[in-house]
Amino acid sequence: MEYHEKTPIMDARKYRVGDVIYITGEVVLARDEAHKKLLEEGAPLDLKGAVIYHCGPVVTKVNGEWKVIAAGPTTSIRMEIFEDKFIEKFHPAIIVGKGGMGEKTLKALKEHGAVYAAYTGGCGALAAERIKSVKEVHFLEELGIPEAVWVFNVEEFGPLVVTMDSHGNSIYDEVDKKARSNLDSLLKKIEGES
Amino acid sequence: MIDEIVEAIRRAETQLSEDTVEALKKAYEKETNEMAKTQLKAIIENFTIARKESLPICQDTGLQTFFIDMGYDFPYRAELKNAIVEAVRRATKEVPLRPNAVHPFLHKNSGDNTGRFVPYIHWELREGDDAIIHVIPKGGGSENMSGLYMLPPGVGIKGIKKTVIEHIFKSGGKPCPPTIIGVGIGGGADLALTLAKKAAILRPIGSRHEEEFVAKLEDELYEMANKLGIGPMGLGGDTTVLDVHVEYAHRHPATLPLGIVTQCWANRKRKVHIDANGRVEVI
Repeated sequence: MEYHEKTPIMDARKYRVGDVIYITGEVVLARDEAHKKLLEEGAPLDLKGAVIYHCGPVVTKVNGEWKVIAAGPTTSIRMEIFEDKFIEKFHPAIIVGKGGMGEKTLKALKEHGAVYAAYTGGCGALAAERIKSVKEVHFLEELGIPEAVWVFNVEEFGPLVVTMDSHGNSIYDEVDKKARSNLDSLLKKIEGES
Repeated sequence: MIDEIVEAIRRAETQLSEDTVEALKKAYEKETNEMAKTQLKAIIENFTIARKESLPICQDTGLQTFFIDMGYDFPYRAELKNAIVEAVRRATKEVPLRPNAVHPFLHKNSGDNTGRFVPYIHWELREGDDAIIHVIPKGGGSENMSGLYMLPPGVGIKGIKKTVIEHIFKSGGKPCPPTIIGVGIGGGADLALTLAKKAAILRPIGSRHEEEFVAKLEDELYEMANKLGIGPMGLGGDTTVLDVHVEYAHRHPATLPLGIVTQCWANRKRKVHIDANGRVEVI
């Protein structure tokens, strides 16, 4: 299924692994330090139904206005130590990043009806094009540009591929299982060569 | 020549190399997995926008790396290193590039992509009076998926094949596939890795080694890697690698070094040619 959604999103349980989502509205950036800070101090904005993006953007100020130069995803597994608590506390709808997450996050997605979606790694220019403006930024002084909590206004932000859904399915587990069995047959084939 | 090196960095960072563009478009046509197709389509859209808007292809603009292929009689050899360092400083501001040079103990970012031994410059000498600078900024995610295996020589060619395929399997989606795999065999540990890096980045996608035996090995590894089913970004599919290139050196009787270097799909590279009369051209 392909979805074109407006934020906030209140019914993320409908998404299934393999669905593709495009977001119009707001995307909230949070990576390592931001997860830690929001968990400790609470969020300065309502995150219920929000789209959380694991990203350390390149942003510069041009004539007093923020301009996003590149904003591809960062590796999500680093946030595994925070994400289950983050989902439980703030109830976001979609966590966006690269490379997938672990068991603890998968469990939290199931319990709280959220999904994890992959944004194509390296696509910094495509992301920047879909980000129309910077709505606000929190903790900029303290955390610096790549770690700050940016809120971007986006249009048709995607493709976001649902790779972990709220029904316990994970594409990463499936691909790993298949690739492992392909590897075994390839190694056997090499061994049998004369 | 500083202007031209800055220009080569800009083109490398914002205009994906032609061989890679072709390979990715062909992969998109051939790919049968729907999820993989969405990833390849996003990649194609991304490099098209980057070129049009002169934006970096990826926000990780890489560790600034230069391989220099220089004639013994090249008259400007004394100026080359300083010109490259200055060009990197300027490109960092002008392209702009992300500052990616961090002190490993103090964790301080130098802010301009220069520091101890970086930009990294690798020199090779040959007959002649001209020089070619290969401008190859290298991303961190794919560099993390490098490997050095000091194999017992007795494992032979089968052992080499198994190790390469297992390495690609273990890397999974982490180096942003579809990748280009460089394999360096023989020499010492350092030479095996240098050969692997040259194989991954300097050789055009689709090219084959001049020796038939090695060319056949490249074909076999390419086909096997794409049978793993890891796919673009590790979400499954037919396209795990765009190519596999192999280079080799003679080895010590007691060692069989195998170096593997992984290049992400954002295969950024340009050349600057300088002749003996000081004429400079960005290729």
